[in-house]
Amino acid sequence: MGMTMTQKILAAHCGRDSVHAGELIEAKLDLVMANDVTGPPAIRTLEEIGAAPFDRDRIALVPSHFAPNKDIKAAENARFMREFARKHELKYYFEHGEEDFGIEHMILPENGIVFPGDVLIGADSHTCTDGALAAFATGVGSTDLGCAMATGESWFKVPEAMEFHLTGALQAPVSGKDLILYIIAKIGVAGALYRSMEFTGPGVASLQMSDRLTIANMAVEAGGKNAMFPADDVLLEYIKVRNPERFARGDYKIYEADPDADYVERLEIDLATVPLMVAFPSLPSNGKALGTFPETPIDQVVIGSCTNGRIEDMRVAAEYFKDRHVAKGVRCIVIPGSQKVFRQALEEGLVHTFIYAGCVVSPPTCGPCLGGHMGVLANHEVCVSTTNRNFVGRMGHPGAQVYLASPATAACSAVKGFIAGPADLE
Amino acid sequence: MNTQGKVFMYGDNVDTDVIIPARYLTTADPAELAKHCMEDLDKTYVDRVQKGDVIVAGENFGCGSSREHAPIAIKGSGAGCVIAPSFARIFYRNAINMGLPILECPEAVTGLAEGDEVEVDFDSGVIRNVNTGESWQAEPFPAFISKIIQSGGLVNYIRAKEGSAEA
Repeated sequence: MGMTMTQKILAAHCGRDSVHAGELIEAKLDLVMANDVTGPPAIRTLEEIGAAPFDRDRIALVPSHFAPNKDIKAAENARFMREFARKHELKYYFEHGEEDFGIEHMILPENGIVFPGDVLIGADSHTCTDGALAAFATGVGSTDLGCAMATGESWFKVPEAMEFHLTGALQAPVSGKDLILYIIAKIGVAGALYRSMEFTGPGVASLQMSDRLTIANMAVEAGGKNAMFPADDVLLEYIKVRNPERFARGDYKIYEADPDADYVERLEIDLATVPLMVAFPSLPSNGKALGTFPETPIDQVVIGSCTNGRIEDMRVAAEYFKDRHVAKGVRCIVIPGSQKVFRQALEEGLVHTFIYAGCVVSPPTCGPCLGGHMGVLANHEVCVSTTNRNFVGRMGHPGAQVYLASPATAACSAVKGFIAGPADLE
Repeated sequence: MNTQGKVFMYGDNVDTDVIIPARYLTTADPAELAKHCMEDLDKTYVDRVQKGDVIVAGENFGCGSSREHAPIAIKGSGAGCVIAPSFARIFYRNAINMGLPILECPEAVTGLAEGDEVEVDFDSGVIRNVNTGESWQAEPFPAFISKIIQSGGLVNYIRAKEGSAEA
């Protein structure tokens, strides 16, 4: 039986020719990553073990969640992590305001830190985002991460694979966000539990990198261990621009799935049939096609996060805000996911569009996505958000209601004051 | 190793945001986190739970964020074990690393009800309703997982191993 891309990458990182689903392996890690919530406990684990960082060039720490610090405890955590990074002279410590700063799942791809064939773990469930780069990336807890910071290795159960065979192309304004909400609605929040989600087929070529990153980002919302996109010309162009030195060195490896790779389940998706999707409270799997439900008034809109904080997302949102205004009684918070995205949005005039349309523009942060700060919801408030989770209490009060959607749907909803799409603006 | 206590029943897809909301994530202290365990799902849990009690829930328990604060909060609240048909994978790893016993057993989840007195033997994997005598078999932990849990988590396990190697 042949191997999937995930299985080949894992085999290469444990020094084997082949692995099969269900096997337990110890794999070498190219990168380990943590944020300001999970990093401090991971550092304490490392200190309790009494070990030093295994490699100062392979540990990334990003104060993204409660930064800029939301309160004193968050500030103490951020300082603890910053001091650790300084003491050990870590190459990848990021500080807000710096050009390379942003939400961790934004900046690892954006700064060319992850390449095809890499294996990385992050103490954050959305680490699966990097699967868009044909790398194996998965989330772990702080203790696993602390141990990995000491050893540069971690143990894995080789996942069973699920194939998502894509044909056709998405019909604008439908985006990668709609596709992943569509998939999760189909298979459920445990539909890919413990499995790798392998995206294949001729439809992949039609997806730009920002869409692939959004899709891979939410693999965990279907229970997936990781997502995997093939390394094609679109990806190679992306990494070449972001890290020309590493690209020129050829310090990466492209793996292809075997024709007889072992997939436990296979889904065929014609991208042209995917509609604009909205996931109703309180599970990402409660997706409904826009236009199939009654008018739903809203209080707040959030556009940003590791799911949809890229420049492409900002451009789409700005398109609908141009010469329009946020509806009376609605607050709209726009959060470019990284400093580079913020700079680009400034240069393209998008920030101007947002501000004059009545939006608030926040510095890069995870902030409201996890009910941290910069837009926490009150009881009974209704929010349309481009983030990734609409669990009870996720964005604030447990009585608040969160609807997940694409940047296009979120922007149109902000303009109309109810859940709406581009067709409603005409 | 075992635990005995009352059953707290919950549904499918209990996520880490309801186990411990992000607004409390500025601390990793078990006692502090325990005060807010499950509060967005069941405000009465913290007041009712007693040492050794057992959380019995539906599929995909612990889905969502990778926060280790979730198993820390459950363990800190006094619960002795979580039983579910399946667990989200990051939570599964975190629970073991934190020394919180978890068992996959769909039959026990169907057979048990809120308030039942239950005994769970981690070495044999036997889950028993103390009042009716009915019992179910879960896959027991392999020896090394049992040792991690007995040690109180992965860090203590590694330190104990290194300590005994040095001695």
